[in-house]
Amino acid sequence: MEPVVAVLLVVALVGVPALVLWRVLRGRRELGSSPAERATFETLHTASLAAPPLRAGLTEAGAQKACRHLRALLGSPALAIADEQRLLVYDGEGDHHAREAFEHAGKTLADGRTQVLGPEVVSCDLPECPIRFAVVVPLTTDGRVVGSLAAYGGHASAGLVRAAHEVANWVNSQLELAELDRSRTRLMEAEVRALRAQISPHFIYNSLTTIASFVRSDPDRSRELLLEFADFTRYSFRRHGEFTTLAEELRSIDRYLTLERARFGDQLRVTLRIAPEVLAVAVPFLCLQPLVENAVRHGLESKPGAGRISILAEDAGAECRISVEDDGVGMDPDRLRGILAGDADARSGTGGVGLANVDERLRQVYGDEYGLVVETGRGAGTKVSVRLPKYHPGVSAD
Amino acid sequence: MNAAYGVAAVVVVVLAAVLIGVFGLRLSRTTSDFYVASRTVSPLWNASAIGGEYLSAASFLGVAGLILAHGADMLWLPVGWTGGYLVLLVLVSAPLRRSGAYTLPDFAEARLESMTVRRSASVLVVLIGWLYLMPQFQSAGLVLRTITGAPVWAGGLLVAVVVAVNVLSGGMRSITFVQAFQYWLKLTALALPAVFLLLAWRADGAPAPTARTPPVFAERTTVTVAVDVTVRVTEPVGVTVTGRLDGRSLDRARITLAPGPHAVARETTVAFPAGAAVPHAENLPALSDRQWALPLESRDYPLYSTYSLILATFLGTMGLPHVLVRFYTNPDGRAARRTTLVVLTLLGAFYLLPAVYGALGRIYAPELLMTGRTDAVVLTLPGRLVGGTAGDLLSALVTAGAFAAFLSTSSGLTVSVAGVIGQDILRGGVRSFRVATVLAVLVPLALATAARALPVADVVGLVFAVAASSFCPLLVLGIWWRRFTDAGAMAGLLTGGGLACAAVLATIAGGPHTGLAGALLAQPAAWTVPIAFLVMVVVSLLTPGRIPKGVARTMVRLHTPETLKVDRGDWRPKGT
Repeated sequence: MEPVVAVLLVVALVGVPALVLWRVLRGRRELGSSPAERATFETLHTASLAAPPLRAGLTEAGAQKACRHLRALLGSPALAIADEQRLLVYDGEGDHHAREAFEHAGKTLADGRTQVLGPEVVSCDLPECPIRFAVVVPLTTDGRVVGSLAAYGGHASAGLVRAAHEVANWVNSQLELAELDRSRTRLMEAEVRALRAQISPHFIYNSLTTIASFVRSDPDRSRELLLEFADFTRYSFRRHGEFTTLAEELRSIDRYLTLERARFGDQLRVTLRIAPEVLAVAVPFLCLQPLVENAVRHGLESKPGAGRISILAEDAGAECRISVEDDGVGMDPDRLRGILAGDADARSGTGGVGLANVDERLRQVYGDEYGLVVETGRGAGTKVSVRLPKYHPGVSAD
Repeated sequence: MNAAYGVAAVVVVVLAAVLIGVFGLRLSRTTSDFYVASRTVSPLWNASAIGGEYLSAASFLGVAGLILAHGADMLWLPVGWTGGYLVLLVLVSAPLRRSGAYTLPDFAEARLESMTVRRSASVLVVLIGWLYLMPQFQSAGLVLRTITGAPVWAGGLLVAVVVAVNVLSGGMRSITFVQAFQYWLKLTALALPAVFLLLAWRADGAPAPTARTPPVFAERTTVTVAVDVTVRVTEPVGVTVTGRLDGRSLDRARITLAPGPHAVARETTVAFPAGAAVPHAENLPALSDRQWALPLESRDYPLYSTYSLILATFLGTMGLPHVLVRFYTNPDGRAARRTTLVVLTLLGAFYLLPAVYGALGRIYAPELLMTGRTDAVVLTLPGRLVGGTAGDLLSALVTAGAFAAFLSTSSGLTVSVAGVIGQDILRGGVRSFRVATVLAVLVPLALATAARALPVADVVGLVFAVAASSFCPLLVLGIWWRRFTDAGAMAGLLTGGGLACAAVLATIAGGPHTGLAGALLAQPAAWTVPIAFLVMVVVSLLTPGRIPKGVARTMVRLHTPETLKVDRGDWRPKGT
């Protein structure tokens, strides 16, 4: 028995870590068999290493990281990247040239043309310094010059100029992608802001008039309602954080419903069934509030008699399932489909914009399989269901 | 024991479980009052639920059985199973809660930002879950056999079917309150009979196991053997045998058993005269009562085995998938710590009881040493000591508690395992969750029928060793070491988990082994845990370039109390 155990031990102790290390390191070595293949793979690999730092835009830290790889790509002794204001990085031999590097870029930054600078501008007094020429190419985004890339070396061949151009083009495409990412993020933030702004007008007006109606008859109640209103707006207008906990979100819904109940009185009945296990789940900020508001506004306001809203949150293994249901007038499924598909005509009417916004944000955060599910028909009430994973990379309530 | 009471107890417990499952009695509050609806689960409830899910057949039946057979050394099992929560409290609970991870694979992904590590962790969760479910099913077979005489596979099948139905109907999910109730049921089912047993023992003159010889039959005793067993007879003894003994069919034959091993076939009854030494099953040591009461006497390499057991139980608790998901219910890290503290108290109270049963079993049910089924001691004692209707009722209560233990632990494990299989291995969706549930139950059921019957607490001890050699280093290094890399985690999980699994397989399928190899395989933690830590650290240091990009942010998230207002980073869409 002992020999078997010993062999097993050796295999596991030496073999497994070695295997893992080999797999980790192999990625760098497996670059094809023929020299041409290897050169191609190496070039592509170097380019792929330079890409991630540039995806944050033209920043100092990103430029410093990318510069090494870009220099390897060009094969020049030194490389400098500058933006419109200053030199971001000078990487390679002859550090003393870094001081003048931004001046070298000046003309290119001004007119957006490639400059080839000769020894009369570039070269220095040090005999061993290999740097005599510089090729400065512009970096552009949307046709606007945002920076420059300068390759320094002992000569300036047509090949180097061409290569510098190609590398600059490649960097440009990365910068444009970065710009795209930024605008996507800005769009999302703008949507959340829009949503925050959107709840307000009707609701603020209705709440204030309701509170006003209590001021004389029931001053205590009007004070309570006013405090609820204050807390509600404070939560809705908070600036930080994309996510909150389900408990927080429900608390805000409670304030909202308190105010609505003051307005509707007995007309509005609310049932809650919340599994306590899911209260700690991180959810996108204001992802349920619009659903409840939708239920109140489109389900009940336009309907005579009492209305009922039920909010259900249940635990389902690695997910939590939430549904908001009303027994109001319902919606036309086709129109709803149009709204959720982002159809501008359908959106122009009242309502549903909140739903579409929530739907988009949920898909953006969790992926397409986590969109809203709406069951409705004219006069048949509406039920909106959401599934939220308990854990998703990067999602956590602050 | 009157079988009717026992059957009634099983029927009641099973029926209650099925009804809760099918009718979805989730005890979630239906109300129109938000204050009530948004109250989180208090640490006491949460801790009770963890206790309910954690106290398995091994704790309820197995510990007492091992104490009966092996004596003082086995007290480390309940100590370790409780102490594991101390390690969890100090090192893991609050940071893990703050990480926002629901399962262990979630944590691996959040901390190491690697899908490969996530998948390996998923495979390990499934393996650990299966290994843990297997002895639950085996014990269910033993219990049903003890009370009704049904074949040993029947009980396992019953539990497996009930659990599968419950999980498939979705009833075993949001059940904090049901699981919390299970803890108190188990505590009552063990504590109440224990009180009566102690009273009966006092009335009997409070005999203590102090003899210098192995136990003897106090009076004429008829022993029925449930499964084939080989027993060692130490001195010639005249017995009456019905059934098959040493390959011969006998019917109420009076024969004399010569010293040496004898094969007793299942369903054989052997009647011993009063004062005869109890023949021990061949895998149990024949200890005198004095040796039994002293530590380091019961097994080969006792010092190694004891330390290995301590290491496995103290470090393995944090790697149990069905326990960790319960921590998610806590609203924040502080509540997670409080919950762990309460769990320590609750488990400490519970684990006093198995020792009582083990010691009383030594005095009043020594024939279990012959059948080898020492796990049955908890079920046997109430009928033996109290007798009459009271004894039957107490037996029924213990049986109910045992079935509650199988059902609650198996359900929790099945939900966890099925969730991981469905999400990480079968790619999500309702359909794959169903397939996953069936897989999660079928595989351990097959294992339970095929594998040889080891004492339940031993098998669970091995599962703890696997968890301690894989998830413990992953969690501890993941939470406390910035230079931990995905390559290191992979290497450590494969080495530590692989070695421990190999040892488990060798013990369950190939065993019993003897000598040093036997001890190393039966209690692998003492060498697999250090190896796993070492491999993780060394490989991490060799791959400094693979430290996850977001490590600083993750560490801030894990270690800053929620009340502090710090920048924990914001969510950004992928690619930025």
